Amino acid sequence: MAHATGMKYLKQDALPHMWCAGCGNGVVLGALARAFEELDLAPEDIVAVTGIGCWGKADDYLAVNALHTTHGRALAYATGVKASNPKLRVVALMGDGDGATIGGNHLIHSARRNMPLTAIIVNNYNYGMTGGQFSATTPANAFTSTSVGSNPERAFDICELARAAGANYVARETSAAGMKLKNRIKEALEAPGFSLVEAISPCTTQFGPKNNMRRPVDMFEWLKAKGLPASKYDKMVHPEQEGFFKTGVLVNRDAPDFITRYEAMRSRMQAGGRE
Amino acid sequence: MKKNQRLIQGNEAIAFGAFYAGARFYAGYPITPSSEIAEICSRELPGLGGFYMQMEDELASMGAIIGASLAGSKSFTATSGPGFSLMQENLGVAIIGEVPIVVIDVQRSGPSTGLATKPAQSDFMQIRWGRHGDQAIIALAPATVRECFEFTVLAFNLAEKYRTPVVLAPDEIIGHMRENMEIPEPGELPVVERTEPQGEPADYRPFCFKEGCVHPLANYGSERIYHVTSSMNGEDGFSNNSPENAARRVAQLHTKLDAGREDIVMTESFDVEGCETLIVASGAPVRAARSAAKDARAKGLKVGVLQLKTVWPFPELEIAAAAKNARRIIVPEMNYSGQLAGEVRKLVNDKNMVRQVNSYNGQIIFPAQIAQAIQ
Repeated sequence: MAHATGMKYLKQDALPHMWCAGCGNGVVLGALARAFEELDLAPEDIVAVTGIGCWGKADDYLAVNALHTTHGRALAYATGVKASNPKLRVVALMGDGDGATIGGNHLIHSARRNMPLTAIIVNNYNYGMTGGQFSATTPANAFTSTSVGSNPERAFDICELARAAGANYVARETSAAGMKLKNRIKEALEAPGFSLVEAISPCTTQFGPKNNMRRPVDMFEWLKAKGLPASKYDKMVHPEQEGFFKTGVLVNRDAPDFITRYEAMRSRMQAGGRE
Repeated sequence: MKKNQRLIQGNEAIAFGAFYAGARFYAGYPITPSSEIAEICSRELPGLGGFYMQMEDELASMGAIIGASLAGSKSFTATSGPGFSLMQENLGVAIIGEVPIVVIDVQRSGPSTGLATKPAQSDFMQIRWGRHGDQAIIALAPATVRECFEFTVLAFNLAEKYRTPVVLAPDEIIGHMRENMEIPEPGELPVVERTEPQGEPADYRPFCFKEGCVHPLANYGSERIYHVTSSMNGEDGFSNNSPENAARRVAQLHTKLDAGREDIVMTESFDVEGCETLIVASGAPVRAARSAAKDARAKGLKVGVLQLKTVWPFPELEIAAAAKNARRIIVPEMNYSGQLAGEVRKLVNDKNMVRQVNSYNGQIIFPAQIAQAIQ
């Protein structure tokens, strides 16, 4: 089989995209489109729900149904789309500010509800579009345009958050590993219940230059050095893990999703009982 | 007693009106004095094949009903002032995206948490102007339990017909009041269904910016693939930043409601013919106004009542016609500043002819207060 290009799922007349040179968003978009193709999904059955931010512009380049919403609320909209028509394949595309900071509450509750949809959070450690301010995933002590004296806040681990809240499938890859990313997205799309893929991605215009990574390639090297598979990461003792992050599939379970649970409740009600 | 005769609450009538209109998706967050609507939805929607979703907050509730509507379900939420405040940003998405949804705002007393269980009519301006960006919206306000039912059906019809959010804004009195009403049989009230777009699926455009135009909405999952965005967009649903496009896009959001004005704006007149004193009211104060007007007429005074069933777009022409011979217009409403009175004042040259009767302590407006203004 020829390699999937994903072109059928891209709005080709909108390309080239608007993202900066070296930005990882294009790699994530390519991985998403290739995952759609390898799963042979019909474009009319896909709804891409986006928030606001650099990665939130992804719907501009997708030839599938799309709903570009407000900052942080993509998962709430996606929840309504999915419950209204459970046959649809719903993906929520959000950044770290969007999906894990202003929209953190919806992330927690989508995972808790185990809503059968896929969240793809591109984490570039800052608010790139508005000039590189710190977000809830900016590492402690990192420099951004609103932490010029270094970030006094601590960062969220998005994947640990999703695991604790009850997501069925959680994975993390970097945009330096497009093929792995595509495979994780494919698995997420096929997973029952709430699935989340965190794509760590370089912000080569804002975050990198402020943190001693002047060139895009410096950031890619940094991603490759810091992202470790479980086989390596888990062997490190806690203090040594500082500054590194685990990649690969982090959670994979098959607890019943929201729609399944709702239908079971509906059947119980129709049978006339609470049991 | 007739078979379908029931003693029900305004909030119950709203829920049953929604089901009658075909609503099958509810997402909300409980809040007094609207919670009965959520409870009834949670009980009834599973059996109707629909979904009740209790969201984590009102921002999510509004997002969910917009998503659900685009995926093909008639969708709604119910809330009160504090929750309605939280819905504003996402409500703007339904306006620019031209997404049919219904929002029930059972108005309670503010500011802020205020008197949580007491009635008010202090959200009229928030309904009209509560969101950033210039836009138009439809709002209806019932004064009886039967109107709660009928206006809810109508709200869904207008939402579908004009592809717009419609706000139904009863005050707490109407929401919690019980009255006898005959539940309409299926087919008795018209119900507007979404019309399938015509033409080649590949040529489908979700929007049309011609003046007054309302384009048929496809559902996600149909053969027509389309985009909806909160950003300034072209007729194809994709981002478009050109000044020419923005002007057409914004204007059409207003002109489509202007074009449907006769269909949307509803008032009811009670003895307004030749009246010298006109009472303009909406919601619960209509009841006090009619009572006060009846007493005044018994004394030989020419007093009429104009009920505003539609609050937005504001019934300017209807008020002007009813007030043709009036020397005085009385506007009773449950807020301090006179949100409706201010709109009425815009219509007359002599601003002093508009007299306000306001209640802002969580209490109903009594006929005696209006009678005093008539003297």
